[in-house]
Amino acid sequence: MSNTLGEIEIQILWNRLLSVVEEQAQTLVRTAFSTAAREAGDISAGVFDMQGRMLAQAVTGTPGHINSMARAVVHFLNDFPAETLKDGDVLITNDPWKGTGHLFDLTVVTPIFLDGQAVALFASTTHVVDIGGLGVSAEGRQIYHEGLYIPLMYLVREGRMNEDLIGMVRANVREPVQVVGDIYALIACNEKGGVRLVEMMREYHLTDLQELGEQVIARSRRAMADVIAKLPQGRWSASMTIDGFEAPVTLAATLTIAGDRVLVDFTGTSGLSRYAINCPICYTEAYTSFGVKAALAPWIPNNTGTLDAVIVTAPENTIVNAPHPAAVYARSVIGHMLPDVVYGCLDQAIPDLVPAEGTSSLWNLSLLAGHGLTGTEGSAIRSFNVTTFHSGGAGARPKQDGLSATPFPSGVRNVPVEITEAITPLVVWRKELRQGSGGAGRQRGGLGQRMEIANREGTAFGIQARFERGEYPARGRHGGAPGATGSLSLGSGGAMKVKGFQVIPAGDRLIVEMPGGGGYGDPFARDPAQVARDVRFGLIAPEQARAQYGVALTAAGEPDAEATARLRAAR
Amino acid sequence: MTQTARLAVDIGGTFTDVVLQLPERAFSTKVLTTHGAPERAVLEGTNLILAQAGLTAADLALVIHGTTLATNALIERKGARTALVTTEGFRDSLEIAYEHRFEQYDLYMERPEPLVSRPWRLEVPERMAADGTVLLPMREEALDAIGKQVASGDIEALAISFLHSYQNAAHEIRAKEILSRYLPAEVIAISSEVCPEIREYDRTSTTVANAYVLPLMESYLRRLEEGLSALGSRAPLLLIMSSGGVTTVETARRFPIRLVESGPAGGAILAQLIAAESGIDRALAFDMGGTTAKITLIDDMKPQQARHFEIARAARFVKGSGIPVRIPVIDMVEIGAGGGSIARVDGLSRITVGPDSAGSMPGPACYGRGGTLPTVTDADLLLHWIDPAHFAGGQISLFPEASATACAETVANPLAMSLEQAALGITEIVTETMANAARVHAVENGKETAGRTMIAFGGAAPLHAARMAQKLGIDRVLVPVGAGVGSAHGFLGAPIGYEVVRTRLVSLNAFDAGLVNDLFAAMREEAEAVVRLGAPDVALQEVRTGFMRYRGQGHEVPVILPDGVYGAGDVAVFRAAFEATYHALYGRTIPKLEIEALTWTLSLAEAKPLPARIPDPPPAAAPAPSGRRSLIDPGTGTALEAAIYERAALPAGARIQGPAVIVEAETSTLVPLGFQAGPNAAGHILIERTAR
Repeated sequence: MSNTLGEIEIQILWNRLLSVVEEQAQTLVRTAFSTAAREAGDISAGVFDMQGRMLAQAVTGTPGHINSMARAVVHFLNDFPAETLKDGDVLITNDPWKGTGHLFDLTVVTPIFLDGQAVALFASTTHVVDIGGLGVSAEGRQIYHEGLYIPLMYLVREGRMNEDLIGMVRANVREPVQVVGDIYALIACNEKGGVRLVEMMREYHLTDLQELGEQVIARSRRAMADVIAKLPQGRWSASMTIDGFEAPVTLAATLTIAGDRVLVDFTGTSGLSRYAINCPICYTEAYTSFGVKAALAPWIPNNTGTLDAVIVTAPENTIVNAPHPAAVYARSVIGHMLPDVVYGCLDQAIPDLVPAEGTSSLWNLSLLAGHGLTGTEGSAIRSFNVTTFHSGGAGARPKQDGLSATPFPSGVRNVPVEITEAITPLVVWRKELRQGSGGAGRQRGGLGQRMEIANREGTAFGIQARFERGEYPARGRHGGAPGATGSLSLGSGGAMKVKGFQVIPAGDRLIVEMPGGGGYGDPFARDPAQVARDVRFGLIAPEQARAQYGVALTAAGEPDAEATARLRAAR
Repeated sequence: MTQTARLAVDIGGTFTDVVLQLPERAFSTKVLTTHGAPERAVLEGTNLILAQAGLTAADLALVIHGTTLATNALIERKGARTALVTTEGFRDSLEIAYEHRFEQYDLYMERPEPLVSRPWRLEVPERMAADGTVLLPMREEALDAIGKQVASGDIEALAISFLHSYQNAAHEIRAKEILSRYLPAEVIAISSEVCPEIREYDRTSTTVANAYVLPLMESYLRRLEEGLSALGSRAPLLLIMSSGGVTTVETARRFPIRLVESGPAGGAILAQLIAAESGIDRALAFDMGGTTAKITLIDDMKPQQARHFEIARAARFVKGSGIPVRIPVIDMVEIGAGGGSIARVDGLSRITVGPDSAGSMPGPACYGRGGTLPTVTDADLLLHWIDPAHFAGGQISLFPEASATACAETVANPLAMSLEQAALGITEIVTETMANAARVHAVENGKETAGRTMIAFGGAAPLHAARMAQKLGIDRVLVPVGAGVGSAHGFLGAPIGYEVVRTRLVSLNAFDAGLVNDLFAAMREEAEAVVRLGAPDVALQEVRTGFMRYRGQGHEVPVILPDGVYGAGDVAVFRAAFEATYHALYGRTIPKLEIEALTWTLSLAEAKPLPARIPDPPPAAAPAPSGRRSLIDPGTGTALEAAIYERAALPAGARIQGPAVIVEAETSTLVPLGFQAGPNAAGHILIERTAR
């Protein structure tokens, strides 16, 4: 047992734990290969006590690992009890149901020893560049289509690498060197965290993390409870229908604020998809609790104490609680929508808190050419496979316009056009804000983007589309109008679907129009000066000013007060 | 008449520091910065110091100048009315930026407004491919239309940034030619000159920021030159850059963006000089002032360099919330932690310190100027680390009662702590925050803080340095002489230098020695033309860097490359250099993976010898302390009787044991229990850990 910790020591040590996991995460970002990890921060890093309670987690680009990685550690301890773990052991899995929701995410857990005693577990997760199977396709029907499945197992045993597993990985993935490199990066970042933790424990003469862990968890739990207890108590329901893959999907939620907990239940949500947009419950839980926490208590660090404050449930066999063997690769398509549904509930409970609906699901472009895919068999063209990260418009906020071309709830970053063009034969002819796509409102929704892409080599290329808001737009709140829907089309005029693999014929262009965010409040209440600015900046068309905002402009582009008053009165 | 009277002037937010270095001694003074016309303070300070030294302006051999003018214009958005001319389809790149939320949990986050608003981001049909071939010839009529629009639109500066211009600048050069019929060529910046580097948003952002400060800097530098020559100075005027090198007025006029953050760079150079004279291979410079702390790693007496910097972060200190510029900079991490940083208790009953600061108005509560929130300085006072009667040389009288009230109301009472506990909590938290930032900064660069020697300067550093060193695994701390005007002193040690950059993707699997040789030859020519303006006939030192990675990675690693002409066989040298660097950073290499270089830099500087190592002084007896007082020791948290010494009274080689305080006019150095301290031969106080 450690000596009793003083108040200031507890605070210092808590800060230090957060810094240790930040160092762990930075080590991973710097050494990882996958673009998802480096550019998008699609990684996670955290420290756990030997009972599997999460004490600190790094703030990274993805909320998708927030609770899921914490649950994963508990699964590991069930299969590999703490007392059986030895110094030099490292565990691994990519089990979507016991890890973070799809086979692309590898989770690695390392026990850390101090003077022969296991004192902590470090866990980290990263999204690898490939895992075999269909690759970055949402068209898998069962998990068996989606690549190599690694059950919970030893990656390193007392310092000896599991070369059999590494051999299996090499043989099953398209980029073996990079994927194996990422596995090493996961091992290295946990090691770095472990070294720092041991330094901290020696500096403060700790022999275990028992008391510190209890303090961190109890204080965080209490802070969450304090926040929640001040909210109106009750139950609110909301639903949102989105495109889905083969049929529209309705996401329905009931949010209950009861005492010191928030409960979110997804009863009423659509059943499973035949395609790979199903969410394991761990992923549903991650995005739901992120949505709740970002709105209510963004400043409380994540740990087991905060996790317990938001309880997420869903009936099995719904698209938000998909059991094995459902295909789950593109679970983010649904997962990213969940905060919008949660906000549909919260908005009724607490006015002027949450944003309108946004594009939410990412508009990442997975573009490729190659054998058997783009009708270029046997030709000498360069095959390529690239995913770039892009976002449509976000929802307007109660007092601010929505952010244009910005992700929410995901936190990814884009890849520069020049980099994409340097490593593929693609040419991006246009990447600009999409005029008029933001939903009208007192606060306007964020704008989507328009991109035009061609292949320099004059051959066909393909797109693995898995986009949302192609038919069902992001809705506004409190009188705000919906954002524009998104679409794919050909430069030559042909229409395309927003889901599934499609080929852009040689010489043609792919036109991507990303959705806009929903507006907030009555557009006729928008400051006419703001509307005039939006017209001057080309963010809305002049006719939108009149039709949607009831604002008339003078020839000089200034608001015409009298004519505007008439227009607004005539509604 | 002396030929070696060198003058250094650093314009800061409050004071303009002036240092005059003669062979046998140095003079320094401070005058208030004159914000509307900063050259007035420079000239006033110059006159003052020349009078002190009994010299005239004609005696000056060299003037080295650093200014925050460009930085302030960017922060305050007071630069030129600027237009951007860019490739059709890409005018929003400047606004879309990285499509990123820099605050994961903040629903109400705002991105910084671009420096050029949408109506003034103008498009030209033209397009280069990634390999530099022309995909779409430039439509020149479009430029004439833009020229007319710009000429009639009250535009003062212009940035031109086309896609892939780092590969082929022909369209940018031609566009500038055409547009200079409508606007003076001097206020047109093209991206292939300012920042010929891949990644369109960063390059455009850098070019726009450069154009934005061009007219302002041009007119300032002209007024300053005129002013100096009116004083009778015939000395060359050199400007300090963010890289820590100095350059000529001509270059500063074309690329004023390279002058941002020059003050902190001066501090880092000072630390470099001290590292050299004290024989420190691995140093950590720690500069803590009133509002911020800055940390720089210095290995082998070279401050760590980077090519990326963010100006005017909207959410202070949050990465990704500012204007990115790609210029050579001394790599430092900046934290909102200083003497004036405000302490509070958050919703988790945790003490937080900063990033906001009480500044000098109202200042810490103890200044008695109306501040009611406790700051780090208030905590220092409550722990008796500062003597209220002798703060800032006795110029500012302090009110400990005000500190006690502020600290009790905001921290001690809410947490049910004693005043001393709360004050110690504040200093511990701020020290921990700085130490954590230093550790993360080191790990981001594949380095460690442990085992380094800390060089601590700035008003607040000497009080907190030893405790912070403990947290970083550092056993030795140096507190330099005259820590207060560090930057200006540093300027005098800066070499005349210049760095140029190119992007050219070269795979080592298809290594073309001729191409790389041509690249470096062209870079050398460009750099030498700039450096020779200020250093016509001295020996030059060249450093080549390749920014390399394994194919598929997104981050490049800077790899120092050998000089000279390469042959086909040198691919092995490149590979070995990359692998050695990669291994040092990440502890491993990855066999069989293709290696490529994306960006190349060549940095050329006068070969300026660093000061020689000064041998350690023989041991000397310490004088009797000038007093004693009880203070709270930071490491143990207990009240101990500490000896007080005047810095000036301590001879080189003397050693005193902590707990002790060494006082001087500008600052106080705290020597905790378990440390000893005393001046070395150069007069810098060396604090060493004696117990663990």
